[in-house]
Amino acid sequence: MDWNFIIFSAVKIAVVIGVVQGMVAYAVLAERKISAWIQDRVGPNRTAPPFAKHIPVLGRLLTRLGMFQPLADGLKFMFKEDFTPAGVRKIYFFLAPAIAVIPAMLTVAVIPFGSVLGGQKMVIADLNVGILYTFGIVSLGVYGIVLAGYAANSKFPFLGGIRSSAQMISYEISMGLSVIPVLLIVGNLNLGQIIGWQAQHGWLILYAPLAFVIFLVASFAETNRLPFDLPEAETELVGGYHTEYGSMKFALFFLGEYSNMIASSGMMVTLFFGGWTLPFWGLDHPAATLVSGIIHILIFLVKMAAFIVLFIWVRWMFPRFRYDQLMDLGWRRFLPLALVNILITAIILWMRA
Amino acid sequence: MDSLQNLIPETMLPDMMFYVFAGLTLGFGILVVANPFSRNPVTSAMFLVLAVISMAGLFVLLHAFFLAAVQVIVYAGAVMVLFLFVIMLLDIKDEQKRKIKKGFLLAGLLSVGTIAGLFIKGLHATRLDAHPSPTTEGDTALLGKLLFGQYVLPFEVVSVLLLVAMVGVILLSKKDLK
Repeated sequence: MDWNFIIFSAVKIAVVIGVVQGMVAYAVLAERKISAWIQDRVGPNRTAPPFAKHIPVLGRLLTRLGMFQPLADGLKFMFKEDFTPAGVRKIYFFLAPAIAVIPAMLTVAVIPFGSVLGGQKMVIADLNVGILYTFGIVSLGVYGIVLAGYAANSKFPFLGGIRSSAQMISYEISMGLSVIPVLLIVGNLNLGQIIGWQAQHGWLILYAPLAFVIFLVASFAETNRLPFDLPEAETELVGGYHTEYGSMKFALFFLGEYSNMIASSGMMVTLFFGGWTLPFWGLDHPAATLVSGIIHILIFLVKMAAFIVLFIWVRWMFPRFRYDQLMDLGWRRFLPLALVNILITAIILWMRA
Repeated sequence: MDSLQNLIPETMLPDMMFYVFAGLTLGFGILVVANPFSRNPVTSAMFLVLAVISMAGLFVLLHAFFLAAVQVIVYAGAVMVLFLFVIMLLDIKDEQKRKIKKGFLLAGLLSVGTIAGLFIKGLHATRLDAHPSPTTEGDTALLGKLLFGQYVLPFEVVSVLLLVAMVGVILLSKKDLK
């Protein structure tokens, strides 16, 4: 065993998990602020620790932007009474929130979030089946929701859990098939190599736009975000699978949902938008210096943030799908479309070869 | 720094991990069918998921990363979710009360014994020092070439078999055929 490898991996894992958690907190704030602006409201603008008003201009500005709100939210979740309703299936009730969070965190492991920093590759696990690993872990994410619905031992959460299992399985297929043209074009499953290919030939969105559209819609369904948030449709199912949950356990479902959103943003950036590369200013080569390494990480984070804003924007702009429409869209529209896309890509590649 | 490195030689780690994953697979497998604490079918299904995932760990130790990933995607991620889906929709209270019948136990033991006999016979027939050909080691391209080249006929036959099952289910579930 190589001690260098173990230490650097541990540091990378700690930093990545910390950054993802922080991003979750501020994605929630962004969600509240953006929804407020879309609905012509102000949003959270007054939560502040006592010392904030003593900082001249910055203190007021940060308070107005609600920058301290996530801290208050987090504290509230931590200190709320952890109530266990009577009649729940106890073991699953405790397990489900954990199962919802763990896959979301594991997905991030294979995403290259930068090129090189101080001789270290900026990816936790440089697997040669990177994409398949992601799909494997994503497919396990459904258990958190299904078990939450089952554990609650009451009708509405159960219906939410059942819905989510059908929905996530359906869209997993379209999602998996939509990526195949990308793999055909690049000829590699390793996410780092896919970024390398894009640095040479241009972003994959130019080669496989249809694949991107299918992937984008499927990832909305996989993360249970509106317009596909059927598992927690509050107007039909009270609160869906997490109706019986409160305090930190509820927060864990939230954490899982937003981590999923962040991970799928990262995947889309990596697969279709060149990852940490930019086609100009020579930013498409692995970094030689510390500064360019940091710039690469920043480029990745900015691209990812753009997708997170897209997720949030869509949620507040479109109404929810009906359940049969959702299934129709998944099976009768996207599945054939993805298959045709594979066929066309394969034929074009075959004629060129 | 090097003390641990000397204590556990590089080659021993995969062996140790093999016993860990094999033990987990067997343990979870036993808990699927004979869980002393709970006779809840959902619990059994969840242990089957864990058994499948531990088996994926065994594939990783054999450097068959593709197989491991597919194992998790197909079995743990899709098939078992459908199992859960069906179990949850069934009325499982009757199932929990049902006693184990002697006939079923005998039939089960007989079939498991037959399979175990086949495995043991197969193990005896293999030479232990024979190294497996490393052609498919973790390489998806080579695996694809083998599947669609040398083994294309068995592969397609299995696909047709699955298709037949699917068509059969659709036919059975249609109440009135148009």
